[in-house]
Amino acid sequence: MSEFRLPSGGAIDRTKPLRFSFDGVDYEGFAGDTLASALIANGKHFVARSFKYHRPRGILSAGPEEPSALITLAHGEHEEPNALATTTWLRNGLTARSQNNWPSLDLDLMAINGWFAPFFAAGFYYKTFMWPGALWERLYEPLIRRAAGLGKLNAQPDERCYDSAHVFCDLLVIGAGPAGLACALAAARAGLRVLLIEQDRALGGRLLSENHVIDGAASATWLERIEAELASLPSVTILRDTTLFAAYDHGAFAALERIEDGYAQQRLWRIVAKRTVLATGAHERPIVFGGNDAPGVMLASAVETYASRFAARAGDAITVFTTTDSGWRAAQNIANSGARIVAVIDPRMDASFDRAALCDAMGAKLFSGAHIAGVRGKKRVRAIDIVDRSGSRHVLRTDIIAVSGGWNPAIGIGCHLGARPIWSDAIHSFVLPSDAAHVSPIGAAAGHFSLTNALMDGANAANLAAEALGKTNTPPVIFTADQENVSVTPLWRVKDSNSKAFVDLQNDVTDFDISLAAREGFTSVEHLKRYTTLGMGVDQGKTSNVNGFALLAEASGKDIAEAGTILARPPYAPVAIGAFAGMHRDEHFRPTRFTPSHEWAEERGAVFVDAGEWKRAQWYPIEGESDWLQSVTREASAVRSAVGICDVSTLGKIEVQGPDAGALLDFVYVNRMSNLQPGRVRYGLMLREDGFALDDGSVARFSDQHFFITTTTANAARVMQHLDFCRQVLRPDLDVSTASATEQWAQYSVAGPKSRALLQRLLPTLNISNAVFPHMSALMTQWRGIPLRLYRLSFSGELAYEIAAPAHYGDALMRALFECGAEFGVTPYGTEALGVLRIEKGHAAGNEFSGQTTAHDLGFGRLLSLKRDYIGRVMAERAALTDPMRLRLVGLRPVDPQMRLTSGAHLLPIGAAPSASVDDGYVTSVAFSPSLSHWIALALVRNGPNRLGERLRFYDPVRGGNGEVELCAPVFVDPTGERVRG
Amino acid sequence: MRIPCPHCGARDAQEFAYRGDAAPSRPDLDSGQAAFADYVYLRDNPAGHIQEYWHHTQGCRAWLIVTRDTRTHAIFSARFAGERGE
Repeated sequence: MSEFRLPSGGAIDRTKPLRFSFDGVDYEGFAGDTLASALIANGKHFVARSFKYHRPRGILSAGPEEPSALITLAHGEHEEPNALATTTWLRNGLTARSQNNWPSLDLDLMAINGWFAPFFAAGFYYKTFMWPGALWERLYEPLIRRAAGLGKLNAQPDERCYDSAHVFCDLLVIGAGPAGLACALAAARAGLRVLLIEQDRALGGRLLSENHVIDGAASATWLERIEAELASLPSVTILRDTTLFAAYDHGAFAALERIEDGYAQQRLWRIVAKRTVLATGAHERPIVFGGNDAPGVMLASAVETYASRFAARAGDAITVFTTTDSGWRAAQNIANSGARIVAVIDPRMDASFDRAALCDAMGAKLFSGAHIAGVRGKKRVRAIDIVDRSGSRHVLRTDIIAVSGGWNPAIGIGCHLGARPIWSDAIHSFVLPSDAAHVSPIGAAAGHFSLTNALMDGANAANLAAEALGKTNTPPVIFTADQENVSVTPLWRVKDSNSKAFVDLQNDVTDFDISLAAREGFTSVEHLKRYTTLGMGVDQGKTSNVNGFALLAEASGKDIAEAGTILARPPYAPVAIGAFAGMHRDEHFRPTRFTPSHEWAEERGAVFVDAGEWKRAQWYPIEGESDWLQSVTREASAVRSAVGICDVSTLGKIEVQGPDAGALLDFVYVNRMSNLQPGRVRYGLMLREDGFALDDGSVARFSDQHFFITTTTANAARVMQHLDFCRQVLRPDLDVSTASATEQWAQYSVAGPKSRALLQRLLPTLNISNAVFPHMSALMTQWRGIPLRLYRLSFSGELAYEIAAPAHYGDALMRALFECGAEFGVTPYGTEALGVLRIEKGHAAGNEFSGQTTAHDLGFGRLLSLKRDYIGRVMAERAALTDPMRLRLVGLRPVDPQMRLTSGAHLLPIGAAPSASVDDGYVTSVAFSPSLSHWIALALVRNGPNRLGERLRFYDPVRGGNGEVELCAPVFVDPTGERVRG
Repeated sequence: MRIPCPHCGARDAQEFAYRGDAAPSRPDLDSGQAAFADYVYLRDNPAGHIQEYWHHTQGCRAWLIVTRDTRTHAIFSARFAGERGE
């Protein structure tokens, strides 16, 4: 067994040894150990180097407030920096290493920073390295960044699995110490649904380290009884190893659960509670004295916890330095556990109990009215200098200094919604104000430090919650416990130290830094914090802030109540980004949407592109094709010469029904829809209320009260929300309903001169002759008993249809279409060929509907109705939006037919030096036109439609394009539109 | 944040889309460009009570008018936007 392991006692399982390594050295601990307790049992205290000065640091605490013992844990290839040794449970094979040292923890050459300490005082960033300024970025900043810091990310992907879950409760109890347990139990007995959250693996809080009498029984027995009852109640949920790290508005909270054996390693809980009790206890506060950062200086409560709960002696000769009554109880408990107390130093002259007798019983020397003026030993405490009440100095050999400077209620969560803590003279620390309505602090978190008070608080809070939630017929629950002394007389600082005295161990802030900041005028706590970095570490100053603010008050001549404190913000403890992301990472970052015939497209070898969440077939390469352009050109040519089929199921689709359906559409489209005849389709353009173009699509009317509209793929959700707003908010007078049907219909474009023949093969009895079913018609029919919708409309400029079936039958319809089309040479085409065909026809699409273009810019000015009100009508009439000198849609063709055009290129006057001041517009869409055998483009050009035939310089410095282009009408193929009506 | 949807009950704010100040009401067609410019572009930024549009996008899809205190995030009421009262 390890040298510092006590032979008996503690909550460790001596039958389950665990191997672990720290800095490459193998050690042994037991199940039930934390990494910190296992290191201490192995006599290992020096585990870290400090942030700025690289001073040796040890383990200060036994909990989540730890500022010093930050280590890096290995998880396979990934490393987790800045884990706390004090809250990391030991497991077999755990591999940890120290941080912020080079070449090693023991010999850290960066410790030279300590010699230059005068340069590194508060605000040194602002005072040094100022000249020459050019060196800051290249030399000083990289140097400082390398020298200062904590753990580093190793840039390997974090492969751990993070889960998330939601939970609702009547009463949320944060912390399962005596107050939290009493509260949870009383509330559960009263019939409330209780969620009890504990950051530790075990319930009990201080009862895990201390021995008391509750309800006439040993506290350990009481604890077992309570735990058993809580476990038996179905209305109680207990989350262990779970840190509540944030409070949000309206009773919402977030907590992080650490899981040892499970499919996930951490779980983020989103909690909604009707009422919340803060039973987070208190953090013991160190005392600021010279050398108080050496390994071996620990909190008294931590030395006690390691001895009694983990059966680990912190050292061979322990000195207790306490200004509190609790420090004396810790000393006794440490001695009772089997460790040796050599002295108790209490700066107070008197106490309400017989200190001499206690010291005699422990075999320890008593120094009353004394303090520690210095610490000898750098990598471990070897001895201390004591100044006694008469002022004479003594040297005492000791290897552990157990410090108790008072208790700070753990109220961070209570500040998250803006409640500002107030000073309490009774406990010499900050407590929550009574108007911090979202949480009710109880027990030590409320500054009520005795066990009796904690139990009483818990029961009272449960009763209040039960009453507030209407559970009134409950007998009151009363717990009684032994009495204890809880007096504190703070000693904020030992003034006659001759070496650095640290206030913030994590950020290396000393008492000197604080008085310097005060002298330089940084006398507000908020300024002090930012100037010195006090409390700005990952520990949020849990052990340092109150001491720091007390020293600031002293240095600036205020009292502490007036100096005040800062507000803690979420997260209360660090949370990995991965925990927030949860399962939403990599391909699961957002949903993937597949169209009904996706599998069919895969069988055809489609190359897919992400269109928002959708996977869309981009092109379908066939054997012998090596270049996407080859495939796309073949597909587009097939549509022009025979027939092609494209999956357009991703278009937004909306049902609009009711007596006022036409009136609603008149209100959202610039062109009138109410006069559309049943069985007909019309192109529709929507504006935003500010007059700019929003979206376009087709509007089909099936009957008097039934319209069906489509939107672009990208704007489907946005247009639906827009319609909801127009219908519900702006025109609640209209009797009309809307519903999204995007996912309900699979829809295919069948385009090309042979499209009618193909469809006639699919639907032999249906008359779709040009006379009966002309361009811009719509009908409902059936195919094999399945409802079909057929639209005659064209994006390609060819004779074309869109055919839609319920989504479940999309795949079957697609396969049937290809069977019917075999003899016509039917070709599947993807989004690229779709783009080529629409650019050849000059149809504006997403690139042109950029949010900065107006109806006039896109050539739709003639659609704007002047007879009625619609969204965007008035603002679209603004002179600046109809100015012909705006950038407006035109076509471009290269003067040299070999020249390739690129999207995003700018257009400049020929001969002018490239400059934004002479910019005439830019290219929005390009395509290689199979019909013309050269590249073509759509562009937005200043006064473009009035400049057709003019030549401009095509200038693309990003992709290296340079040449001349000619402005032309944007319709490159079949300008009179004969094919589409054929 | 939790928003009390009159249809669905108190739901997480993540289910909602935010639109902003609900005070401006859409002018009549003949009110002129200045009135529309105010409606489209001008918003008050009060410290205190404000009425805002929220859309229960991932719920019942109702547009709501929520009364909130911008200083505390306290929510006092939520009602269907179509039923313009007060």
